[in-house]
Amino acid sequence: MLERGEVANSWRTERWDSLRLLTPSWQTRLPGLRYDGTDPDGYMTAGEVTAFISRFAEVSRAPVRTGTNVTSVRRTDDGYRVTTGDGEIGCRALVIASGACNRPTVPPLSGGIPASVEQLTPFDYRDPAKLPDGGVLVVGASATGVQLAAELQRSGRPVTLAVGEHVRLPRMYRGRDVLWWMDASGVWDQRYDEVEDLTRARRLPSPQLAGTPERATLDLNALASLGVELVGRLAAVRDGRALFSGGLRNVFSLADLKLGRLLDTFDTWALESGAEADPPERFAPTRVPQTARLQLDLASGEFRSVLWATGFRPDYSWLDVPVLDAKGRLRHEGGVVDSPGLYALGLPVLRRRKSTFICGIEDDARAVIDHLRQNL
Amino acid sequence: MTTVSNGVNVQALLDAREALKGAPEAAQFTWRASSRWQTGVHSTISVQNYFGLGQEQSHKEESVFEADHPETFAADDNGITPIEYLLVGLASCLSAGVASVAQNRGIKLNSVESTVEGHHDVRGILGADSDVRNGFNDIKVTFTIDADASKEEIEALVAQSQKRSAVFDALTNPTDVTVEVA
Repeated sequence: MLERGEVANSWRTERWDSLRLLTPSWQTRLPGLRYDGTDPDGYMTAGEVTAFISRFAEVSRAPVRTGTNVTSVRRTDDGYRVTTGDGEIGCRALVIASGACNRPTVPPLSGGIPASVEQLTPFDYRDPAKLPDGGVLVVGASATGVQLAAELQRSGRPVTLAVGEHVRLPRMYRGRDVLWWMDASGVWDQRYDEVEDLTRARRLPSPQLAGTPERATLDLNALASLGVELVGRLAAVRDGRALFSGGLRNVFSLADLKLGRLLDTFDTWALESGAEADPPERFAPTRVPQTARLQLDLASGEFRSVLWATGFRPDYSWLDVPVLDAKGRLRHEGGVVDSPGLYALGLPVLRRRKSTFICGIEDDARAVIDHLRQNL
Repeated sequence: MTTVSNGVNVQALLDAREALKGAPEAAQFTWRASSRWQTGVHSTISVQNYFGLGQEQSHKEESVFEADHPETFAADDNGITPIEYLLVGLASCLSAGVASVAQNRGIKLNSVESTVEGHHDVRGILGADSDVRNGFNDIKVTFTIDADASKEEIEALVAQSQKRSAVFDALTNPTDVTVEVA
């Protein structure tokens, strides 16, 4: 097992200070290791996740070689040649477990942002003091965008949030964590070959969730109540002006309707399974602002910074094997990559909807390693 | 799934989607309209040819549209105003989307009606107030749909139709427009 830095490196170095896991601690489990602290309904801090994964490295006695950065993987006659900062390794099979979030995605239109406005990605961000005082345009309303918008707004910086298609979730539903429902009702167990539109499922933005001690919902209504200004998807930057889509109402409708269908699924499952929970509930539709700004002048001084919460992508710059599609995505079938002996783990809906959650890795790893072993 | 027919050849659209995934060049279409000024603010616009699937294409026949302004604008009213053509485009595009999505989801439509209202402060185009924009301030579309489906399913049809609408996108997002003299 090669690790470029220390065990749990990205949790040590690529997370902002206030970040907590989206999954409650009772749900954060790895084979042979469960949370045994005093707050199973809480959400681990980045430091606690680092400690948890480090403990797993010890418990599992995984042969981790830390400080070993992979710079190249090439196909050979009988396997792969791995070049590291610490020499070469030959292997017959190789599992890519480097994650889906190696690089923050920044759209090309960022090139038009005036130089007077500071630009940051979530990798640059640690806490609000990292940003200049004054207005912040946060672009993107998935988990990262809503969490940072709330934190920056609370710090006294007026936040405008550009909202495209998003996934709305309440933190709690019928008295239980919404991720309990995802797990218990079987939604998370839906397999990649059962999902109707797999490409779309794999591109789904992370849900509008935060792990906070208050277990509070952090949807767009909550952000609007904090004073965050909502605008449409950032469509263009022209002459120093940010132009936003006029389709905000519809992205609200799409997310509200999708949430309704998910809650229907939960309710149906609860009725059929007899699961114990509070009575069904429905949430108020996302409130449409009376007037959503369609453009704003980035050079006026109102905005001092732009935070790109526009997603992450994997980095395969070291992978010298032709297994990427035209869009740079790994070609794989449930983790079996399109090159003999090459495998992947930890990508969105790799084998199940829960593939990118910590509790989702066990089933995926067993299936992928079974395939690997049979083909060695 | 029960087969319903709203008259949309969804299979052809799904086949095209698959085929064009691997052939982005064939997916490049150019739509064209030709306009001839008549007199006053009256023009006649004809539409027949377009480019797509790698070659010149043609509608079965030419369509001709008269565009003018009404008597409230001291014009002859030989046809609807240009900005009303945007409403025509939006209504027809969203209705086509509703029908297609409904068919794809196995929902039988009995009737689909919509009214489109564009709110327009004409002080902009008249140059009466430089703070007023020329175009619509906002547009409201109201659908009345009778279908064999729940209220939520009908709302989802309308939402998905907007998500995949060319005209909705063209009106809600900026487009780079070049106007030049030949």
